[in-house]
Amino acid sequence: MAGSSPAEYVTHHLKHWASSEDAGFITMDAWHIDTLIFSTVLGLIFLTLFRIAAVRATSGVPGKLQNFVEIMVDFVDNSVKDSFDGARTFIGPLALTIFCWVFLWNCMDLLPVDLIPHIWAQIYGALGHDPAHAYIRVVPSADMSATFALSLSVFILIFVYSFKGKGVGGFTKEFLFHPFGPKLLPFNIILNTVEYLAKPLSLALRLFGNLYAGELIFILIALLPWWAQIIPGLGWAIFHILVVTLQAFIMMTLTIVYLSMAHAHEEHH
Amino acid sequence: MQASIPSIVGQMIVFAIFVWFTMKFVWPPITKAMEERRAKIADGLAAAEKGAQALKAASSKADDELKAARTQAQDILSTANKQATQLIEQAKAAATAEADRIKANAAADVERQVSQAKEALRKQVGELAVLGAAKILKREIDTKAHAEVLGDLAARV
Repeated sequence: MAGSSPAEYVTHHLKHWASSEDAGFITMDAWHIDTLIFSTVLGLIFLTLFRIAAVRATSGVPGKLQNFVEIMVDFVDNSVKDSFDGARTFIGPLALTIFCWVFLWNCMDLLPVDLIPHIWAQIYGALGHDPAHAYIRVVPSADMSATFALSLSVFILIFVYSFKGKGVGGFTKEFLFHPFGPKLLPFNIILNTVEYLAKPLSLALRLFGNLYAGELIFILIALLPWWAQIIPGLGWAIFHILVVTLQAFIMMTLTIVYLSMAHAHEEHH
Repeated sequence: MQASIPSIVGQMIVFAIFVWFTMKFVWPPITKAMEERRAKIADGLAAAEKGAQALKAASSKADDELKAARTQAQDILSTANKQATQLIEQAKAAATAEADRIKANAAADVERQVSQAKEALRKQVGELAVLGAAKILKREIDTKAHAEVLGDLAARV
């Protein structure tokens, strides 16, 4: 903030409001309170909005909210229908939740970078703490904890759907003998392990990387003199509208694709 | 940049709850409403189709009825015409017959009167002849003896 060097400004902005001081890359005991609060609140906004529409849902002439919600549901339902040929009672809601939730997470990136941290610093100071140590990050998808939570959930679901679609035996057979055949079993295992691990990793890191980089650029733009911020800030924000939507869409689509791949009962060869 | 394991677990729990909520309370009512609306629209379209077909059938039926009614009217008209002509013919025939009868009666009357007049005249001529002869032959001629001759004479007149 004021009076600090650019490096300090940037690192301050990239530090979480955590339950304990732990600087490690992977921490076992520090909760990221900011990520939890913002993601939960955003999720509740999504659920409240959609629940209101669901309660008022009529098969007659729909209102504006219902129209919007129906467009979202229809869009997600069609995306699922395109690649998943099974009951959509679970995958549909899952995809809808992922899309809307991640979209709202990403939208937080469009808030001015200093707005909420500044307000938080005031509150933190008013509570009798040192405002210089008021850390907060408002974009949940720029925190690996949030993106990995999603991708690991999807990872678990991949196994659930594999077992459901192919049976435990079928899944094991495919894992051991596919794609090179039984004679090259070790290679099959190595390849499949890498393939399975790549799914949650790529899913989480893609979203995280995009939004983290976006946030970082906004922070760097904020370091410029105020008159020089307007053009790059505007440009990056406009470009970011695309990234926000696109990343939410990719997250949803890949989830559907992974689950339908897991579910598909196909005999190879 | 830090990944927090407790946050990941917490987020996963929140995520699970959100998905459960969406699955239970958001997705079904909305998809149901959409499905119902789709069915309604389909029903409406089918009903419109049916209505159009019914209209077509009704109008063709009306056409048929109209045609039948026209034919019937034509029939009635021609029957009535025929009957009228018949009546006229009958009346004409009756009138002619009556006229003939009256004419015949009149002719018979005339004949009878002519013969009566002839008879009367014959008698008077006979009487006159007898009277004349009596006057001429006053004495010698006996009325009774010459009545036969006079009667024969009167018949010849």
